[in-house]
Amino acid sequence: MDKVFHSVTLDSNKCVGCTNCIKRCPTEAIRVRDGKAQIISGRCIDCGQCIRICPHYAKRPVYDPLSVIDSYKYKIALPAPALYGQFNDLDDIDIILTGLLGLGFDHVAEVSAAAELISEATRIYMSKKGIKRPVISSACPAVLRLIAVRFPDLCEHVLPFVSPMEAAAMIAREKARQETGLSDDDIGIFFISPCPAKVTDVKSPIGKAKSSVTGVLAISEVFPKLASLMNKVGETEPLSQSGVIGVSWAGIGGESAALLNEQHLAADGIENVIQVLEGLEDEKFRGLDFIELSACSGGCVGGVLTVENPYVARARVQRLRKYLPFSCSHLPTHAIPEYMNWEHSLEFSPVMELSSDITKAMKMMSEIDRISGLLPGLDCGSCGAPSCRCLAEDIVKGGAQITDCVFILRERIHNISTTLASMGSNPLASVQEKMMRMPSPMQKSDRDE
Amino acid sequence: MSSSISLHFDVSGDDFTRAGEASTQVKKTLKKIGYDSDAIRRVAIAMYEGEINMVIHAGGGTADVEIYPDRVDIVLTDEGPGIEDVEKAMTAGFSTAPDNVRSLGFGAGMGLPNIEKYTDSMRIETEIGVGTKMFLSVNAGGSNS
Repeated sequence: MDKVFHSVTLDSNKCVGCTNCIKRCPTEAIRVRDGKAQIISGRCIDCGQCIRICPHYAKRPVYDPLSVIDSYKYKIALPAPALYGQFNDLDDIDIILTGLLGLGFDHVAEVSAAAELISEATRIYMSKKGIKRPVISSACPAVLRLIAVRFPDLCEHVLPFVSPMEAAAMIAREKARQETGLSDDDIGIFFISPCPAKVTDVKSPIGKAKSSVTGVLAISEVFPKLASLMNKVGETEPLSQSGVIGVSWAGIGGESAALLNEQHLAADGIENVIQVLEGLEDEKFRGLDFIELSACSGGCVGGVLTVENPYVARARVQRLRKYLPFSCSHLPTHAIPEYMNWEHSLEFSPVMELSSDITKAMKMMSEIDRISGLLPGLDCGSCGAPSCRCLAEDIVKGGAQITDCVFILRERIHNISTTLASMGSNPLASVQEKMMRMPSPMQKSDRDE
Repeated sequence: MSSSISLHFDVSGDDFTRAGEASTQVKKTLKKIGYDSDAIRRVAIAMYEGEINMVIHAGGGTADVEIYPDRVDIVLTDEGPGIEDVEKAMTAGFSTAPDNVRSLGFGAGMGLPNIEKYTDSMRIETEIGVGTKMFLSVNAGGSNS
């Protein structure tokens, strides 16, 4: 079995086996089997869409509890800029940062400050010759995983830099080592995250062997405790080191605006992101230099671990940044620092392909076409696959049977009962009796008639 | 059964919002079977340009695609006005597209030149008042662009 880490788990007590998540998964990674949703690990990109959509709260994001920080001598909080948009009537970021110290952290290192450094490094990178254009942002881990499973030709276009979270952690760790003399094991660095994909990003990073982040806390869990502490903050400490550029990374468009050039596109929401990537693959966009993509609507403020509506949060961030300087953090030598570079580039993983042998794959495809033609084409999801075509694919791959389709099953049973009826009345009665006792899918489809 | 996959599409005319659907579908199929990614890109672009041409100039048509392990053949058939001067139509920048089409960003006169650029072979049969048939072929692995 695949041992890849994912930031989504299923609470099978709560899962009723409905079709909401299978229909909305952008990589067709979920099936309902034996009445419960199952995630096909290799296909999951940790976008959080299933968590957002599940009406029964059966999909749970994975993150660390706040108490985990107690196991470390020196605790550093890395607040995501999206956190700043969660509070009403706030006009000073330092109130949040001082509040975080009250939660038990020894130091606060803003991810937005590191974002300003990434923005500066990106501007330097964009001025280089010989890079694949347009350059695609590497900030959203769900988008990176999407590209890795669906868009082989675009892997080379991805900005080969670590995320602002990672850069912030590396800088903070180095500083903490020097200032405290503590060993790495005693320094705990915790990202306060809007998004479970960041948990995966820390456990199995892209572009790096190991993350400098120790753990990931959820904004939604930190929020209530932090909000009550913030109410009690008297004197704020001058902790914030972010300007307009860094704070704007909270929402879609912030990263590309920081490039100070007009040839960019920013798209949010997983469906829009897929459309843009498809268009890029077909070279449909001309004259674009940079593409910013966020799996969540609104950008990071739209993550499933936030508490506020993404658009409200964005409006608040806009208000907060109003009297901030343009940028507060700068690269000391105006050159791309070594630690920002990826250790290895994004690699394509062909999990969506039918077979690595093309002749075999073509035979399977023909078979999928044939079976698709037999299915009703309603894409009802009752079989547990998101569409009829997907069921056909599962059948050919060996993970499902044609009678998983409730309509095919009904037809077969009907044929059997007709055959039996022609043989005499008694056998028919017994078949009809059996049909009455069929489980729910059968009753459901009969009701639809 | 032969070792190829045949796909047929009706390309509806004058509905710009649906133009490009056939090439997207072909791309999906090629990706599923793990086709050479450079060939997928070239097929998608060439076929997209051909589809757009049929919508702009011919009121739609049909697309027949034959996928072999080493090659993709595409036949685009329409019953449009035909191409008066094929050589001229192949010149970059030459276009007879109407203004309403140009305002959408199409009709830059790069359709046929792009198709030629991205395919390994291209043949046009055309007759004024009868229609146009375009035969395209893209080899997997052996790129021309």
